[in-house]
Amino acid sequence: MSFAHYACGSKEHGINRRRFLQRTCSTAVAGTAVVGGLGSLTAGKAAEQLKSQDMRVVVFNMHGGLSQLESWDPKPGTRTGGPCRSIPTSVPGIHISDLLPNTAKQMHHLCLLRGVNTAEDDHGKGAYMMLTGRRQSAAADYPQIGAVSAKMLNDESKGLPGHIVVAPSGGGGRGNESAYLGPKYSSVALSGSTPPPHTLRPDGISDQAEVRRHEMRRRINQEFLNRKRTAITDAYTHSYEQALRLMERRDVFDISKEPAADLDRYGKHDFGRQCLMARRLVENGVSFVQVTHSNYDTHNDNFNFHIEQLGEFDQGFSHFVNDIAERGMLDKTLIVVLSEFGRTPNINLYYGRDHWSKAWSIVMAGGKVARGAVYGATNAEGTEVTDGQVDHGALFHTYLQAVGVDSNQSIAVDGRELPIADPAVQPVWKVLT
Amino acid sequence: MSIPVDITKTHVVHQWKYDAPLIACRFAPDGLQVAASSEDNTVQLWKVPGGEKQVLKGHDSWVHALCYTQDGQQLVSGGCDGRLIWWSAKAETPAEIRRVDAHAGWIRAIAISPDGNTLASVGNDRLLKLWSVATGELLGQMEGHERHIYSVLFHPDGSKLVSGDLLGKIHIWNVAERKLERTIDATPLYEPNKGQAAEYGGVRTLALSLSRGELIAGGTHKATNPFGAVHEPLLLRFGWEDGVLRKTHVCDGVPGGMLWRAQWLEDGTAIGVSGGSTGGILLFFNDTQEKDIHRTMLPSLARDMDVHLGSNSIATIHYDTHLRVSVLNA
Repeated sequence: MSFAHYACGSKEHGINRRRFLQRTCSTAVAGTAVVGGLGSLTAGKAAEQLKSQDMRVVVFNMHGGLSQLESWDPKPGTRTGGPCRSIPTSVPGIHISDLLPNTAKQMHHLCLLRGVNTAEDDHGKGAYMMLTGRRQSAAADYPQIGAVSAKMLNDESKGLPGHIVVAPSGGGGRGNESAYLGPKYSSVALSGSTPPPHTLRPDGISDQAEVRRHEMRRRINQEFLNRKRTAITDAYTHSYEQALRLMERRDVFDISKEPAADLDRYGKHDFGRQCLMARRLVENGVSFVQVTHSNYDTHNDNFNFHIEQLGEFDQGFSHFVNDIAERGMLDKTLIVVLSEFGRTPNINLYYGRDHWSKAWSIVMAGGKVARGAVYGATNAEGTEVTDGQVDHGALFHTYLQAVGVDSNQSIAVDGRELPIADPAVQPVWKVLT
Repeated sequence: MSIPVDITKTHVVHQWKYDAPLIACRFAPDGLQVAASSEDNTVQLWKVPGGEKQVLKGHDSWVHALCYTQDGQQLVSGGCDGRLIWWSAKAETPAEIRRVDAHAGWIRAIAISPDGNTLASVGNDRLLKLWSVATGELLGQMEGHERHIYSVLFHPDGSKLVSGDLLGKIHIWNVAERKLERTIDATPLYEPNKGQAAEYGGVRTLALSLSRGELIAGGTHKATNPFGAVHEPLLLRFGWEDGVLRKTHVCDGVPGGMLWRAQWLEDGTAIGVSGGSTGGILLFFNDTQEKDIHRTMLPSLARDMDVHLGSNSIATIHYDTHLRVSVLNA
């Protein structure tokens, strides 16, 4: 496994480039000691009803730590404001950074949460908190929002994975994303522009031969499972069956099937293609898609790098939001833009900004989230939250509530009731309609 | 009569503190004033050698581009607000003369033609624009750069413009015909980093010496970790007529540095200012050695420099909010 060279040199920044099959199988090994890994919802009937509602979640993970000051909470003309300015949006009175001119036109769909305080400046720990709603601890591991969404929302009869991570160069899932939910809910990683690798049957294998191969595999598997069944064996079995279903629906992952004009609109860069892939996936019923945009860890030359990165983001993201809304999908699609933390209000000697988790911003849209709204505020220089403070735990509850999941319920795993979200905190009810 | 240059004796003779980190600086033609810009969106005019300052407010953002008119009476500033502002720099109470919304996005660099009549500006909108210095009227524009343009200068006879961009392309334009004549490849200054999914570097500075027949272009290379400020200063020396790379000047022992600006001294020595995690350094180069022939450490990380040849003085501006003036002799 190789890791990229990031400013912090942290292992968490490394992008795992293993392919899909390796990925889905290996997650089983990383799983916690939950035999079977197939915990069931307490309220089974309600769960089935929820799955029938076709709710979806799309997370844009701004890897490295997006600067809130160059995006959602600009402070122009102040000591900390930097050279970027603020611009009006489609909602009177709400301003965002001038690096997001197209996103500003979609503000009537968005809800800015400007009072995020997660008190964690480490990349890996911050990402864990934002994706699981809990602090990392040696005593327990928790499933990421993608795994929880897949379990709660995905209709398996559609034959598509419920948890997909779209990342640069095909990188993706790392660690134990699904924790006690089991490897079945870990992510399938996509590059963003092409179907998963190795999903074409070799030309030399006929239909009959293909059927015979899988019959033999299933028979051998079953014989083994009759003697010894573990989370790992279940994961292997599930991976093969999932791969088969993926091969049948391979076209869902092929954005060349989208109109050429859409490719132009979204941008002919990786992120544009990934946004278009995300649209295609949720339109086809995938319950959770995470698009990773790298990289925002700008300790040096923060402003130039944000101009470059947000130029891409603004193009792809604004069209994604607009299309989801225009196609009547926004009520059923929660969109979240998050990072592991924000960046320091203080501008360092290299024109950079460092890690800052005490006062930063995320964005939500769709589902039951209020539209064209701002919740929370920071002081004049952006150094402290002055109103509407929220943390990772409350946000995790809110994501789930926004797609109709009762975040205060538990999941039964091996006879234990495990709360989906941190029971010590509550959703941010004020941003939910 | 000025004292002869001895670069080994270069030292700071004045330093004046401002309220915010500084960004850019330029000497007035008479050497008696330095204009500087800072992170509080202001431009300051500093008297030399007294250090008295006047603060000019007009930009809504940082100012990276400063240039005095030929007679030194006016200063033009170009901001990240895309605005050009003319100031009466030598008036008792300096004031704004005119402003022009010139570019969509940041203005990165400006230059005034040798005859004093035309101002060239470049920016993030990838355009090179020409303006009347007297009226602020747009005279024309040229496109051809694919990415942000960082630097611009006029050929001493005024017939050509030279501009450099993020991708390490140096375009040479025919001013009268408003068209691109040729391109010099300075891609060693371009540092794409796949691991960090980032592009870095670019032609941050340009200087042309007719007597030497050489163009120098500066910036950075070895950007193994651009997000962490790990990159080294680099200066490229080209033949002006043939565009051939004659020398690649590197700086050993400067693992964190960007060559923000390079200029020529009268004796043909090239001088550059590096700022980064290694600190602020004045670096000197000649045509016989690849490595710098002398370096002078500055008290703090520097971000820009301007040489006043008449007095053999160097103005540098710093993150520690100081404007410093050094001399190139004992």
